[in-house]
Amino acid sequence: MEFIVFVVAAAGALAGGVGVIASRSPVRSALSLLLVLGNLAILYLLLVAQFIAALQVIVYAGAIVVLFLFVIMLLHMRSGEGRIEKLRWQRPVSYALSVVFLGALLWAIWTGTETQVAVPSVGFGTVESVGHSLFTTFLLPFEVASVVLLIGIIAAVVVGRPVVPPSARAHLPPPE
Amino acid sequence: MIIPAQYYLTISAVLFTLGIVGVLVRRNALVIFMSIELMLNSVNLTFVTFARQRAAIEGQVAVFFVIVIAAVEVVVGLAIIIAIFGTRSTVDIDDVDLLRG
Amino acid sequence: MPGLIVLFPLAGWLINGLAGGRLAPRAAVMVGSASVGLAFVVSVVSILDPRVWQDGITTRLFTWIAAGEFTVEASLLMDPLSALMALLVSGVGFLIHVYSAGYMAGDPAQTRYFAYLNLFVASMLLLVLAGNLVVMFVGWELVGLCSYLLIGFWFERERAANAGRKAFVVNRIGDAGFLLGILILAVTVRSLDFVHLADAAASIAVPVATVATLLLFVGATGKSAQLPLYVWLPDAMEGPTPVSALIHAATMVTAGVYMIARLQALFLRAEMTLSVIAAVGALTAFFAATVALAEHDLKRVLAYSTISQLGYMFLAMGVAAPSAGMFHLTTHAFFKALLFLAAGSVMHAMHEVIDMRRLGGLARPMRWTALGFLIGAAALAGFPLTSGFFSKDLILEHAFAHAQGGLSLLLWIAGVLTAFVTALYITRAAILTFAPPPSHQDHPHEAPPTMTWPMAVLAAFALGGGIFGARAVGAPLLHALEAFFHLEAPSAAPVPVLALTIVSTSAALLGILAGFTLYRGRRDVSFGALGNFFRRQWFIEDLYDLVIVGPSKRLAHFLAETVDIEIIDGTVNGVAAGFKRSSAALRRVQTGYVRNYAAVVLAGTVLLLGYWLTR
Repeated sequence: MEFIVFVVAAAGALAGGVGVIASRSPVRSALSLLLVLGNLAILYLLLVAQFIAALQVIVYAGAIVVLFLFVIMLLHMRSGEGRIEKLRWQRPVSYALSVVFLGALLWAIWTGTETQVAVPSVGFGTVESVGHSLFTTFLLPFEVASVVLLIGIIAAVVVGRPVVPPSARAHLPPPE
Repeated sequence: MIIPAQYYLTISAVLFTLGIVGVLVRRNALVIFMSIELMLNSVNLTFVTFARQRAAIEGQVAVFFVIVIAAVEVVVGLAIIIAIFGTRSTVDIDDVDLLRG
Repeated sequence: MPGLIVLFPLAGWLINGLAGGRLAPRAAVMVGSASVGLAFVVSVVSILDPRVWQDGITTRLFTWIAAGEFTVEASLLMDPLSALMALLVSGVGFLIHVYSAGYMAGDPAQTRYFAYLNLFVASMLLLVLAGNLVVMFVGWELVGLCSYLLIGFWFERERAANAGRKAFVVNRIGDAGFLLGILILAVTVRSLDFVHLADAAASIAVPVATVATLLLFVGATGKSAQLPLYVWLPDAMEGPTPVSALIHAATMVTAGVYMIARLQALFLRAEMTLSVIAAVGALTAFFAATVALAEHDLKRVLAYSTISQLGYMFLAMGVAAPSAGMFHLTTHAFFKALLFLAAGSVMHAMHEVIDMRRLGGLARPMRWTALGFLIGAAALAGFPLTSGFFSKDLILEHAFAHAQGGLSLLLWIAGVLTAFVTALYITRAAILTFAPPPSHQDHPHEAPPTMTWPMAVLAAFALGGGIFGARAVGAPLLHALEAFFHLEAPSAAPVPVLALTIVSTSAALLGILAGFTLYRGRRDVSFGALGNFFRRQWFIEDLYDLVIVGPSKRLAHFLAETVDIEIIDGTVNGVAAGFKRSSAALRRVQTGYVRNYAAVVLAGTVLLLGYWLTR
């Protein structure tokens, strides 16, 4: 049973992945990303990571992809890849390197990983266990992460401000 | 674990590679960004797999942080993309070549 | 006390040189002349000190070089010989300063002129008062520098600048020999002090003395314009005429003669050198006299005349008659300076024209100048009872006495022939310049008193200076010097004085007569091919151009163009260009495309991965 779920979810994730990079329209890429995220959430559940699965759906699928869609619609354009590719060697080199890379990874995975599986304790992967670790062992990174969030908000506001040309500033109140 | 860890790791590896190909081959800035998110997610899968294999909750904590930081990164990154490409007609990343030597 | 003699003109140079821009020209003239005048006064006072006549006064200023046993002091020596020279330099120098006040009036760079002139007098006094060869060499080089500065005084004129350079370079060649001579003496005798050298001379090995003295003589040929290094002196006439009078007639060019007189003991040890000196002197005297006969420029005639008369002085040195040589040096200073000052007066009146073919008829409007020139000419020619008569005669006597028959008699013969040519050329010069009919339409006027009074003083000495050396009057100068030159070799054989005097006087009078005959009415007689030979200075300068100057210039061009520009600049620029090319090539790595950079990152990652996995 678990195996079937795994296969379905895996296939979905892979299909989504291909869709992200191969779609003509960016909206389709965003929706393929959504597919990937959803299937990955299922895989997390299989791996006894309930909290993370929930987090994935809420934050990633729910917020980040929405953000992407907003921006795509804001910028309102096609991918623009009808134009001639300026870097001729980019594609072949990229494919070659990627294949080699994948090969190396797979080789490392299938010959290196140990098969001993530890038995998880009761309550593994629950909100309590993750929270307990967050607020004791990883307290400092937790606080830093919240600061980073704050910085991100400020940065987004600053970077996203519209640039007013100098001549147009004349009828604005002078900066203090 | 009924399904051995290597299977999950394989999926992770493939997703990662797909993400790399996306970054290198596609020219649309937003698609490149999405490929980066793909790569981050594949890493998350790896973390969770090993957390399960070793029964160590620290793996999932790491994923927690990755998700948080990825969120921030997306926000800031998209703001930058809008700032750069806001006035142009395409989001072709090859157009941003001012640092050409 | 002797230090003051040098110090006064030095102070004059400093004042005029540093503050001259702010001084009125008249003030500069005053400072310059006064400093030399003071030097003269101190010189006169000095010779009243009896110590000068015994062992000489040595003034030690400080120890300059102390290298183990070898020491060189900065010292001055005042004895009869240096006193004579100091009096001559400061006295004639003062007269010429006064003359210059008139001659250079109106020149915008007057202050610079007087500053240089002061520096020259100071350097020359340092040279003659030096207590050892090193201090003398310092003075030697300094006068060379001043000569360069003053010849090229009007440096905007290309000819003057070239002449200054030529003087300096040729002098340098001589100075190289001089320096080598000094070094040999330093290494062998281990002392360069004149007193020590004189005492130690008898014990120096003859070959060493010969080599050292020959090298020192090379220096003398340069500074005193003898063959083969005379070529700078005729060109030096580009400088102001008072400069020619002072430096290139009376003082600097006599430095070589003085140096040999100073080191008399050493030179007596090297018989071969003395023969060389006498031969060179006699040959140069004759050679220069013939060239003077063919020159059209009055100052160049006088320049060659100086070379010729210096030849006489060296002849005297070479036949071991240093007091005769110094006597002629003194009389020559008087009449040659006089001749130059008269020539300057002519130039002043004729708007810088000095080509004798364009002069003439100046005797009536410029009486005093003409008289001065005439007196100087008579003394130069050796007209009886002038100063030049006594001094030249004395030299010829010694030359005859020195000759032991055969070749050395040639020296005397050359001397007599030269006397004839001398009288001839100076008569020619006098006639062409002053006699009617004039070749011009000008109305020249006489020089101002500031120029004529010095001429008068010099004329008096040119006429009456014979007293110093006339045997009939006891020859006070000669006796004074002979006491100093106590190492002078005695005359070999008794000499028929009267007969010799008649011979040399006849030569002079014949020359004057021939001059009047040939050049009457200002005809310029050319002697055809022989004249051309003389006019081209026996083709010596052409030979130099061919063998030395031409190849040197070609070498210089080669080095400047090929070596410097192509090879060295090419290499340096080539290195720079190479860097530019390599950087241009490397710059292509910075494509500006994010995707390229990402691909490179991936490539690096793959490599690292490969390394780790296969370790």
